[in-house]
Amino acid sequence: MASSRRIVSGFVLSVTLLLVLSNSAYALPAFARKYGLRCSACHEAWPMLNYFGQKFKDNGYQLMNDRDAPIWQNPSYWPITLRMTPFWHRESTDKIAVDSPSGVPNAASIRGLTTSGFDYSGLDILTGGTLEKNISFLLVPSSDNLGAFHMESVNVRLDNLFHSPWVNVKLGKFELDNIVSEKRVVTLSSYGGSFQSYHFIPVGDNNIFGQIGDNQIGLEWMGHSLNDRTRLSVAIISSTDGTPNLPYGRNAYSAFFAGSQAFDVGKLGTDRVGFYAMVGEAPTTFLTSGGVPIPGTGVGNKGFSREGFVGLFYFGKLDFQVVTQHGSDSKWFGAGFGNPIDDPTAPNNIPGTTLLAGTRSPTWNGAFVETHWVQNPQLIFIQRSEWVRMSQQAIPGTPSNLGNIDNYVFGYRYMPFMTSRAGLAWHNEYSWIRQHGSAPDGSDLTSSSLMLGFDFDF
Amino acid sequence: MRTQTLKLTTCAVAVLAFAGLSFAQVTEYQEQQNLGMEAHADHVTGHASGATMDYRRYCAGCHGVLGDGEGENAVWIDPKPRNFTLATFKCRSTPSGTLPTDEDLFSTVGRGVEASNMPSWNPLSPQQRIDLVAYVKHFSDRWKTEKPGTPIEIPAEPALTADRIKAGQALFQKLECWKCHGVDGRANGPSADTLTDDQNRPIKPFNFHDQTKFKCGSTDRDLYRIFMTGLDGTPMPSFADNVKPDEAWDLVFYLRTLQPMHTKEKEIAKQLGLKPINPNAPAPAAAPAPQPQSNEPKPQ
Repeated sequence: MASSRRIVSGFVLSVTLLLVLSNSAYALPAFARKYGLRCSACHEAWPMLNYFGQKFKDNGYQLMNDRDAPIWQNPSYWPITLRMTPFWHRESTDKIAVDSPSGVPNAASIRGLTTSGFDYSGLDILTGGTLEKNISFLLVPSSDNLGAFHMESVNVRLDNLFHSPWVNVKLGKFELDNIVSEKRVVTLSSYGGSFQSYHFIPVGDNNIFGQIGDNQIGLEWMGHSLNDRTRLSVAIISSTDGTPNLPYGRNAYSAFFAGSQAFDVGKLGTDRVGFYAMVGEAPTTFLTSGGVPIPGTGVGNKGFSREGFVGLFYFGKLDFQVVTQHGSDSKWFGAGFGNPIDDPTAPNNIPGTTLLAGTRSPTWNGAFVETHWVQNPQLIFIQRSEWVRMSQQAIPGTPSNLGNIDNYVFGYRYMPFMTSRAGLAWHNEYSWIRQHGSAPDGSDLTSSSLMLGFDFDF
Repeated sequence: MRTQTLKLTTCAVAVLAFAGLSFAQVTEYQEQQNLGMEAHADHVTGHASGATMDYRRYCAGCHGVLGDGEGENAVWIDPKPRNFTLATFKCRSTPSGTLPTDEDLFSTVGRGVEASNMPSWNPLSPQQRIDLVAYVKHFSDRWKTEKPGTPIEIPAEPALTADRIKAGQALFQKLECWKCHGVDGRANGPSADTLTDDQNRPIKPFNFHDQTKFKCGSTDRDLYRIFMTGLDGTPMPSFADNVKPDEAWDLVFYLRTLQPMHTKEKEIAKQLGLKPINPNAPAPAAAPAPQPQSNEPKPQ
């Protein structure tokens, strides 16, 4: 049991770090250079969009002022942005299993670990814009900080079809239409750089396909009112969690729905409320060769869903982003089926397989509140509190709170200058996370991260 | 001697410090006075003091922190950003040379200015936009000493007829619009390359052939308003003293035939076999304005 918990805690920690290291964030000074607008015109604090920036994005990276087509640009204009973050950080975890220094068998112990030093993030190369009036694209090759590249975004969008803002179609790999975008998060530390509920997988569950924070491959219809106050979108995606070459199911798709309505509240600003829902299915049965699952052969699809409400509330300089989530996976995923391709230890739902008596669909609820105090366009203070609570464990006898998460983040970003050419932010942040029952000894695992660094893009 | 020098130096420093403080106080006082500027539109009252952050966030990059049109992007932009300290605005409903109404500025902020770097700021709330209008006004003392002009009256749009389009074309030649805008509206008239704005910077005439929207709107009424009020600060004059309201509508109908999109006017022009004007030919007498039909609304 302790061994499995060690694996679980190691896995959760690795996943979290991996997410942070590979989490691309979008902010394109290339757009600011194209249109001669300051970063602050589109970003409340880059990379987080404000309403104007959201409308610009929804219009297909266009201001709709007859200057959008590339023909209007100086031929030397090259719409590329590079983003990277050199920083110092201190990482601390209160319980890891270590071998005995003397090498004596069965003398392993549990201790805390704190490490600190200078470091740097992965690299984002962002290029996007218009290929022609009302045809836009986004291409984001992104590397981790060891230089291993992947394609974070690859898509082309046909905008304003039939001269209507209600008909926009995007094909490729893209960020789901999350109203609170994780790709534009203003927190960067190891335990603060992503939203836990956007990637939550219960302990022992093997459904990687419901991570709404990951970019996905598919087709999206999106429509909005002229002033962008009303937004609706539907995306049909392959259940591959954004991985190319269809390595999982033979015929597995998911859908993501989002809708929201904004309304003016006088001097306080413009508030928005909305919803999202992801429903999908993914395989649990794979053909094998020599006992090894064959990629792309998955069948035996089982279902999952994620749904919740979203709110953006402005009170002058103070704003709140609120996201809730209710998640549910098939009991097959909860029992560990679902992804034997990446996890060879995962079971395969071959004919005759039965589940442990009493196995149920794991369900959970999550929520986070992110608060910003925008002192001025160059200084923003950030707080986020996030909680995920299991409401039903898959395997009978599992502690009811196993896998619960508490996550708190505090920080600020100071941008010493504000131009249309480049972005630079001095970023200081502290994050803390507790994962219930995930320590090697079955107790709670607590970790924290402190970082200070320069976040820049050009 | 040394004591005296010390005293003098102390006095000088004190005077300078006092002067500095006073100047700062006066400047701050003036700033506060101007930041008390208000604007009213769309049933919302704007306060300049409420837009300091938004101006810095959205506008200062082009229009400059001082509102002088010298933001860091100004050098790269064509047309150049407006200099708010002059309080001269293209898009107005008021006669040439007068201040625009708050509604005019509010409308411009929400609509943007076509074929320029000024986008539509309608994602901002009405309160934010009217606050910005008040902030724009705070840059010039003209708003304290002058009142906005009285908006021109725009008569109801008459029914479209082939005669009106022909009359509009005759007016286009008679008023010599073609000298800047070209005989077929391609902005290639003989004067096009010589035009400058009121700050002596080169400026291009509007190209009817390529553009569907105008700088100050896209409707027939917007087009009517543009040539009856002129675009202050540019070579485009007001024709309010030269053209009768009914004739102005004729010109609107003719100009619609020059634009790239499908219009009823264009269809009629095609049926008429209307050719671009010949500037070397004597200007035809403008066709007499047709009498409104019985079901036509009469000019107000």
